[in-house]
Amino acid sequence: MTYKLLYFASLADRAGRAEELRDTNARNPRDLYDEVAREHAFAFAPERVRVAVNGAMVGWEHALADGDEVVFLPPVSGG
Amino acid sequence: MKRFELRDTPIDAAAERAGLEHPAAGGCVTFEGWVRNHNEARAVTRLDYQAYGALADNEGEVILDEACKTFALRAARCVHRVGALAIGDMAVWVGVSADHRDVAFAACRWIIDEVKRRVPIWKNEHYADGESGWLHPSQ
Repeated sequence: MTYKLLYFASLADRAGRAEELRDTNARNPRDLYDEVAREHAFAFAPERVRVAVNGAMVGWEHALADGDEVVFLPPVSGG
Repeated sequence: MKRFELRDTPIDAAAERAGLEHPAAGGCVTFEGWVRNHNEARAVTRLDYQAYGALADNEGEVILDEACKTFALRAARCVHRVGALAIGDMAVWVGVSADHRDVAFAACRWIIDEVKRRVPIWKNEHYADGESGWLHPSQ
């Protein structure tokens, strides 16, 4: 399946891009994060990351659908 | 009515305060977060805020909804900047009005804490030595 990933803050710096289209066998955010974290050398363990799919927060076992927009959110620092 | 807003232009606190007015309110409490010139012993020259806009809007509204359900408020609003900010610029504004001050103080404090904890906004600090870094606090 193909997903659109958006990257923010230090994850965008590490990935060298703000978004990517990824064709993958991953079917949930946990497997997808394993894949991209290894490839882009993300420093954050999953425990420190939250997941949003199509603009809503989801759990790590959420079933992904083809074309989903997936965002891994590193710890936030607004305010 | 939209109560949470991301904005790429300066925040006018006086204009925002007008949105809190209510004939039953006995007062308002507001919080302004400013860009300071230091963080953890490093000199900061400017910073950038980046947001995941769609989710930040949703999450901000959820926080203000929760505040209105938890506290007896007449109004609650929050504006957060995105983009490039200079030292002294207002980064965030939170305002609530209520019949009584205890509720207003508690609600304003709760909102800014939740915004900092939950809304997908990230700060990139630029330091006097030329380095920069995204902040990803562990708490």
